[in-house]
Formats: sequence, C-alpha cells, structure tokens
Amino acid sequence: MNSLIIAALLLVLLGLAYQTGWVRGGSLVTATGPKVHSRPQYHASYVAVWTLVPALIVLALWAVFGGAITSNYVRGLIPADVLAGLDANGFNAAAARIQALASGYGVVGDLAPYETEAGNALRSFQFITFLGVVAAAAVAGLGALLYARSRITARHRARNAVETVVGFLLFACSAVAILTTAGIVASLLTEAIRFFSFVSPLSFFFGTVWAPNNAGGLENPGSYGLLPLLVGTLMITFIAMCVAVPVGLMAAIYLSQYAHRRLRAVAKPIIEILAGIPTIVFGFFALVSVGPFLRDVGSAVGLNINATSALTAGVVMGIMIIPFVSSLSDDILNQVPRSLKEGAYGLGATQSETIRNVLLPAALPGIVGAFLLAVSRAIGETMIVVLAAGNSPVLRGSVFEPVATITVSIVNQLTGDTDFAGPQSLVGFALGLTLFVITLCLNIFALYIVRRFREQYE
Amino acid sequence: MTTEASMARVVPERTLLIRNKLRRRHTSETIFRGLGLLAIILALGFVALLFTDIFRKGIPAFTQSNMHLSVTFDPAVITTGPAPVRTAGQTDADFRDLSLKWQREVAMLNWNKIVEASVRAAAPAGYEIDTKTILTIPETDARHRIREMFVADPSLLGKTVKVDVLASANADNWIKGSIDRSLGDAQQQLKASARALIDQFVTNGTISMGFSWSLLTNVDSRAAPASSGLLGAFVGSLYMMLIVILLAVPIGVCAAIYLEEFAPKSRLTDFIEVNINNLAAVPSIVFGLLGAAVFINYLHLPISAPLVGGLVLTLMTLPTIIIATRGALLGVSPALRQAALGMGASKTQMVFHHVLPVTFPSILTATIIGVAHALGETAPLLLIGMKAFVASVPATPIDQSSALPVQIYLWQGNENRNFFEPHTAAAIMVLLALMITLNGIAVFLRSRLERRA
Amino acid sequence: MDTLTGQKMTQTPQTAAMTQAELAGRSVRLTARDVTVHYGAKQALHGISIDIPDRAVTSFIGPSGCGKSTFLRCINRMNDTIEGAKVGGTIKLDGEDIYDPSLDVVELRARIGMVFQKPNPFPKSIYDNVAYGPRIHGLAGSKADLDEIVHSSLRKAGLWQEVKDRLSESGTGLSGGQQQRLCIARAIAVGPEVILMDEPCSALDPIATAIIEELIDELRENYTIVIVTHSMQQAARVSQRTAFFHLGNLIEEGNTSDIFTNPKNKQTQDYITGRIG
Repeated sequence: MNSLIIAALLLVLLGLAYQTGWVRGGSLVTATGPKVHSRPQYHASYVAVWTLVPALIVLALWAVFGGAITSNYVRGLIPADVLAGLDANGFNAAAARIQALASGYGVVGDLAPYETEAGNALRSFQFITFLGVVAAAAVAGLGALLYARSRITARHRARNAVETVVGFLLFACSAVAILTTAGIVASLLTEAIRFFSFVSPLSFFFGTVWAPNNAGGLENPGSYGLLPLLVGTLMITFIAMCVAVPVGLMAAIYLSQYAHRRLRAVAKPIIEILAGIPTIVFGFFALVSVGPFLRDVGSAVGLNINATSALTAGVVMGIMIIPFVSSLSDDILNQVPRSLKEGAYGLGATQSETIRNVLLPAALPGIVGAFLLAVSRAIGETMIVVLAAGNSPVLRGSVFEPVATITVSIVNQLTGDTDFAGPQSLVGFALGLTLFVITLCLNIFALYIVRRFREQYE
Repeated sequence: MTTEASMARVVPERTLLIRNKLRRRHTSETIFRGLGLLAIILALGFVALLFTDIFRKGIPAFTQSNMHLSVTFDPAVITTGPAPVRTAGQTDADFRDLSLKWQREVAMLNWNKIVEASVRAAAPAGYEIDTKTILTIPETDARHRIREMFVADPSLLGKTVKVDVLASANADNWIKGSIDRSLGDAQQQLKASARALIDQFVTNGTISMGFSWSLLTNVDSRAAPASSGLLGAFVGSLYMMLIVILLAVPIGVCAAIYLEEFAPKSRLTDFIEVNINNLAAVPSIVFGLLGAAVFINYLHLPISAPLVGGLVLTLMTLPTIIIATRGALLGVSPALRQAALGMGASKTQMVFHHVLPVTFPSILTATIIGVAHALGETAPLLLIGMKAFVASVPATPIDQSSALPVQIYLWQGNENRNFFEPHTAAAIMVLLALMITLNGIAVFLRSRLERRA
Repeated sequence: MDTLTGQKMTQTPQTAAMTQAELAGRSVRLTARDVTVHYGAKQALHGISIDIPDRAVTSFIGPSGCGKSTFLRCINRMNDTIEGAKVGGTIKLDGEDIYDPSLDVVELRARIGMVFQKPNPFPKSIYDNVAYGPRIHGLAGSKADLDEIVHSSLRKAGLWQEVKDRLSESGTGLSGGQQQRLCIARAIAVGPEVILMDEPCSALDPIATAIIEELIDELRENYTIVIVTHSMQQAARVSQRTAFFHLGNLIEEGNTSDIFTNPKNKQTQDYITGRIG
C-alpha cells in the first residue's frame, strides 16, 4: 500500500470537506442575514469530522484484516503439492519470494515453475485491492461529506456539535491518567500473581535468602526471599535521610529565616540544580569518587569499608535528596503565619529560640509529611544503588558491606532474557508491586498530612 | 503600697536573672545560625564537588589520539578482481547478489597487513616489533576504515594515500597517563616495545592529539573502544524526546483543560486528580515495568526501540505537564474569563481563544523542563530492553537503539576502566550540557514571553 | 453630654477618672524625640515626639494607615524584624536609649511586652504558653517558681478561674477573647514594665472587648500601657493620655478628656467629629 497516496487521499478529502462546509456555511450568512447559529469554520470543521471518520474506518478495517486477506490469496497461488511440504517458516519464505517477484525487485537464483505466474498474479491482486480500498475510502468519505453538507442550515448548531467532539477528546486525554494507573496496577498484579504460582507469597515476603537461579529454568528456580532486599533498601534509605534531613532542613531554615534576599536568590537555584541532575550521574560519582574515598577514610581509621556499600550509596543518595527536603521544608516554613513568630519576638525570644520552640513545632506536621515524601523518593531510587551499592543480597547488619535493594533486583532480574515465563523474570513484577504499594502508601499518607497542615493555616 | 514595694524589689533581681542567661542564649543563637550557614555551605559544596569531579575526569576524554599514516593499497594483498559493473537486463536482485559477493571477498583480505605496513612505515627504520604487538597501536577499526575506502573507490589500488586513524584505547591510556606509567610490565596493557614506539610516534608527530570528534559523531563500538561515540545514543534520545513532546504535551494540556475547565465536581474528577498526583510520585522503575509488561509483552512492540522508550517516558512526563498546566490555568485571572464569556463566547471558545494563549509561556517552560528530566531517566529504559549494546544509528523510531543515559551506564561497566572512566565522564558532561541548555532555554523563553505578555 | 459631638460619653463604673493630680504625679517612662521610620524609600513616620507617663494608659488614635501601629512597634524595636525598615530619632526608656547598639534587644523586649491585634497563642498548652517567656529568660529557678508565675499571670489576666482545670489543653482551643487574655497573661509572665497593645480588641466581640478593657484598667496600676485603637470610644473609656496621629504625623496629644472635649487642632476635631478617617 503506498502510504503517500493514502495520506494524499485523506488530505484531499479533508480539504474538500472543509472547503465545502465553509462555503455552505458562509453562503448561509449572506442569504439569510445574521441569524446563522455558527460561524463558517465550525460548519467546515463539522463536515470535515463527518467526512474523515468513515474514510478512516475503511482504512482501519483494511489495516486490520488486509494482511490476512492477502496472505490467504498468496496461499491460493501456491500449488497444493508444494504447499503440503511447507511448514510455517517455509510458507513465509515462499510467500516472501512471491512478494519479491511481485514488487519487481527480483529473486536470486532459480525460480520454481509456479513462481513467475504467482508473482504476476499477486501484483495484479495488490493493484486491484489498493484501488479498491482507496475508492471505498473515497466513496465513504464523499458520501459522508454530502450527508453532512445537507445537514447544514442556518439553525444548524454546528459549533455545538464540534465542541461536543472537542469535549469528548479532552475527556479522553484526562482518562489517559487513569488508564496509566490502571495499566500499572493491572500489569503488576497479573504478573505478580503468575509469580506467586511458582513461589508462595509467604516464602517471598518472609524469606531471608535471595538467590535466584537464572539458568535453572522452572525446575530449579532458586530462592526468592524479600527480606535481604527490604533490609538493604531500608539501610540505604536511613543513611540517606541522615544526610539529607539535617542539611536540607537547616539549609531551609537558614535561607528562609536568616539569609539576605541576595544570598537566597543565589543559593536556592544552585541547590535546585542538584535536583535536576540525572541519577545516573550521581551513581557514577558514587562509584568512582565517593566509594574509593570512603574506603580510604575507612582504612585510615581502621574500618574495613567496601568501596561499593550501603554507606556509599546512602551518602550519595542523601546528597541527591537534599534539594527535595530543602525546598519542601522551605514551603512549609513559609506557611506558618508571621504572627506566631512575632508573638515570640515580642516576648524577647532570640531568633533561634523562636525557630526551635515556636516555628518548628508549628510546622512539624508539614515537615513530617515532607520527610515521608523524601523517604518515598529514596526507596524508589534505582541508578545510584545499581552502580554504587554493590550487588550482594545477603541479610547483613553492616553498612560497610555491599547490599542489594528492591530496585536493583528488579533491574537484575528483568535485564537478562525476558521471557516472562519463569519466576526468574516474573519476580521483578512481584518486587515492583511491593515497591509500588509501599511508595503509594507513603505518598498518600504524606500528602494527607501536608494537606491537613495547610488547611490549619488557611 | 505593698504591690509597688514588692515590684520595686523584684525588678533588679529579675533583671539579674535575665542578664545571667543572656550570654548563653546568644551563644546558642550563634551556634544555631552557624549550623544553618554550614548546611548551606555543605549543600553548595556538594554541587561544586560533583561538577568539578566530573569535569576533571571527563576533560581528558575530549582529546583523542590521532595517528597520521600513509597507507599503500598494496596489490599484493588486494588480490580480488575489479568491482562488478551493472549490465543491461540484470535484475536488482542479481546485481546486488554480485556486489555482495565481491564485498565479501574484499572483506576476507588481510587488511591488517596493509595497516601493519603503514604503521611500520611510520616507525624508525628497523624497529624491532612483532606483528601482533604493532597492531595493538592503531584501533581495530583502522582496517575497516581502509577497507571501506577501497570499496567506495576501487581505483585506489596501488596508490598511497594519507589516512588518519585512531590510536587504540590502550595506546590512548598510555599517552594520556590514564594508566600509571610507573607500573611494571605485568600490569601494563601494552607490551614494552609498543609503548616505546608510541612515545616515539608522539615525538615525531605520527600521533597527535585532536578534539574527540569521534565521541560525538561515531556510534558505539565494542571492538574499537577508542572510536566509540554517542551518535547512536543521541539519535535514540532525540527520537524519544520528539515522541514525548508530540504525545505528552497535547494529551497533558488537554487533560488539564478538561480537569480545570470542564469537569463537573464529582467523585470521578476527584479520583482522576488524586491519580495524577500519585502518578507524579511513582518511582520511575515502575513505569519501566509497565512498559515491559504492556508495550513489549502484550503489544509486542519492538524491544529497545525509541518508540517504546518514548511511550514510557511520555507516561512519566504526563503528570508533570498536567500539574503545571493546571497551575497556569488557575493563575489566569477570572476577569479575563468573564470578559470573554460576557462577549458571548462559548466555554470552549473562551478556553481555547483567550485562556490558553495566556498560559502558553508556562506550558512551554514546563514542557522543556519535563523533557530535560525525561532525558536523564535510565531505569525504565533498562527494563524495556535497552541494556544491550547497539552499534548503529536508529533509522526510525522502531529500530533498536540506545539512549544517552543508557550509554553512560553501559560505558561505566566496561572492563577497560582506564579508558572508559574518562570516556563516561565526558559522556556525562555532554548529557549535563544538553540538560543545562534545555533548562536555560526554558528560563530564557519564560522571561521573554512573560515580558511580552 | 459632650458639647462638641453631642454624644453621650460613657465611662464604665470602674474606669478611674484618674485625677489630674495623680496623673501629674506620674513620672515619664518613655520619651520619644523626632522618631522617623522609612520602609525603603517610603517614609511612614515624620518626626514623632511624645512622652509616655508611668503606670497610666496612653492611647494612640487616628485613621487607618496613619502610622500609629508603626510607632508602637518602634518602642519595642519590632520593626527590626522587617527587612528594609529604617528607624531614626531617639526613644528612651527610663533615660536609656533603646536603639543604642550596646543594648540587648532581647532584654529590652523582656521589659516591654506586646499584645497583638489578632490573638496569636502558640500551638502549645495553656501552661506552656504562659511559661514560655519565663523559661527562655531563666526567670524561674524551679518548677514551683514557674507554677507560681503562671498562676499569678493568669490571675492578673483574669483568666485563672476559667482555665485552672485545663492548663494542659491547647491554647488555640480557647475562644477569641480568652486567647487574647492568654496572650496578655503570656506577656505579663515575663514581668515587663511596659505593655504595648496593638488594637487588642479589634478581632473580638463586644463582651470580650468589655472584659479586656476592664483588665486594662486593672493592669494600669502596675504597668505602663500604650494602646493603639481605632475606636475613639475605647480610647475615651480606657486611657488617660491620648495622642492623635494622621498620615505619619503626631497631630496632637494630651489628657484624654481634653482631647475629646476640647481639641486644639482642627484635624483632631475633624477626626473626632467623624469628618475624616
């Protein structure tokens, strides 16, 4: 099918329809005076929509069924005795050869006796069907055009019809958001359920050994215990929070309460830059600089710190989350009414006393909400951990050793051979479901707390 | 009166109490303030540290070692017949078959001999070095380049021309000092004879440093690491960004318009809003899982294609654009809306003709920022199959491809750490430069458009 | 009956019509000379000079935006917390220049307390609200001392009976009038010599207002009080000295009764009769 010709046909139909509608709508204006309901462009659009839809339906029908129809026809071109000896692959090869002959490209080597004829026949068939489809689409379109044109009168509410179509399209767009969530939930659930047919939920959620056997097939899948991954995730998140919360919160306090306007105007955007840096850059930084640095520091003080460890990943993840904590806290602190601070100043409190005794307790719910959102971000983070935390899904207590997290394991399990048949790949979805549920609960709870806090001061 | 007397007695004691504590309070104020300043310095310090570290590591990779050779197309080595010429009446298939046959023959020739000869020609006369070792100096793609020159112009047979090839990655490490020169022979990547020869080449000008154009204009390569470049990844990312812009912006803006202007205040609308807010906070890897399950497994779209990557990134960017557009729509003054409606415009007309144009700068800014953010996402792309090495530029969005962040991920895992650490850092600098440019454009456009409005 | 306005001037029974002799006997607590305030380029106050007598109520009246609150806030240096505000001139408390760099602002504010227009209790318990000032200034050596201070402050603010059984409840759970009295108790607990009140009753209903006016009258026996009010009737009821501000200038000040019955300045007269402001 020559797509250029199809595109040209549609454009011609569109232009014709629009023009017809415009002219007809416009003629009404001069004939009956200002009593026409809709401007010409709406009549034009009305006719255009009416015309395009049937044409597109015809083309869509051919797109869906045309392949099968052509394939059947080609099957008929191959003599019965040859056909009997062909399996599916053989048939495809034979059909491809006939196709090559039909298009004039030619085939290398000798031709079987039926092939020349078949090639010619296919060429004619394709030509006829192409003409037929184009004609059908054109006829459908023109027919619809005439119908739509006949509907145009002075009272015809073309604009309303067009606007209804527009409204429907707008709704469809916002439904995409629901579809996305539905898609996420559905795909995670179905694949996770399939996983749980191989591995029991109990041994997954409470298992302490994570040792998938990627080459083992279905007979020897390995162990899939979540706990080492969960512990690894929580360890790294904890370290990240230990870095991000003090620095982020104190930075927010200084910028909003102490800093001059100029310092704030300079420092705030620079800290925001951290938020825009891709996580793989942080991962690389952790792997090549922070990891070796921590290892050297460790050996200087007598600790055996692994270059890729929970500590490395946690520290760098904390750095990444600083702008998150800082800008959320800044928003929250600014929402506490000035009158509370003034009350404390009026009593003779110093600035730090006001912040510590009045401002922070008043802002506490909001800050806790921000804190939870940051935790959620840390839990879902992937690339820093993939590069810098090592890959050791062993249940350990030490932060100086490599660990594995939920996100790392998803990447590991789903970037081999994805056949979606065995537990080796399906576990990725079970892990994803766990991750999704955890972060969803954290987010909903955090947003709820922050909203309650905001309502308090409105 | 007693009150007055007791007041008179209390005041000095009270003042003493207050004064006693004042010093401590002021000290703790100074400490607290100092901690805040320290936090700012730490945060700014981290930014500076990150950038200088990447910069320091990546700058060396922006120069490459070029070898300037005189290559003789020795007929003793090139023993195939002349290239086939199309005769009348030959079908396309037949001619192509013949051409391929000739090219296969040409490929079978020992081009390494020609490469070796040209390198020996540049070395001092009688320099002791065996074939295997001398071939570790130029990059392995040298023979491909020379062969392709011949295939393109078979008349080169017997001629000697000047050709520039890349030095190998190990040679590059030696020249730049990426590998410690003081290490012993057992720990070096190249044999001693090769290393000495390279040093001589640098002195006599056979090898000179130039800007690493190959980083930007070549595709990835495993066999010839010195020539690996970002072109394929760049085009892949470009396709994905185009798809994101073409899909996420219309859908996102329309969804925001619907939610803000047309949706009735119902449970369904609230549900959609909650949905969008939550989607904005879902980890990116979950979107990757969605892409793997729906686009790859269910719809059987091609693995590792920019189309699929673009679709996944669109879904990720959609909530951001919706939220930003809604914010912009909320910011439009009711006076403007009333004025339009008062003139008899319908609701749709008011929205599209009056409100939307005013929000255009904000939507544009949010789009650019959203696209910049999507540019750096790696995890979801890994899950839709982009973990494999792709050595070509995707011709269409449904061809297999890589992406900039994925390429960075692949390179940092390469065994030749001495070469690929700076190489990866350079790739990161390219990515960051792109993102900073995009953000800069966004800020610039916003200030320009807002000033005009 | 006031001859000028034709209105009945009422004073609550307990309002001390402080005798002229008593008033004359009061020493001067605060003096202000040529005080100016600039917010950036805009000048909000033009050379205010006034004496505030000890243990009496002085009220600042005038139309909105005339600078009375701005001047009030100069007295306890609250304008320091506003970025871009510049204060000129001198204000002296008991002869000490309060804008002297060697003077500690924290200590000053422990001597001059403030009650704000909208009650702003901290989101803490009633006890902790009142105890906050004494705690940070180190005024209580022991828990018993602190209890005593809280008790007496709440009593002086007339709130003790109403809250004595629920001291651990949140301060924000009280009614508007109770919250304002809590704020007054909080200010008193620090043991100030001067209490500044910035339209303390404007957010309250008439009954709560009456209670607070009564309270102010009791407090004036022990504290110097300066009150900003937009209600002339309140000023007449509650204060002994009145100052009339207009567009950043101090137009006239004197004994309350004189200002309201026999104002010297035409602008004052216009304001009192309702022709301006």
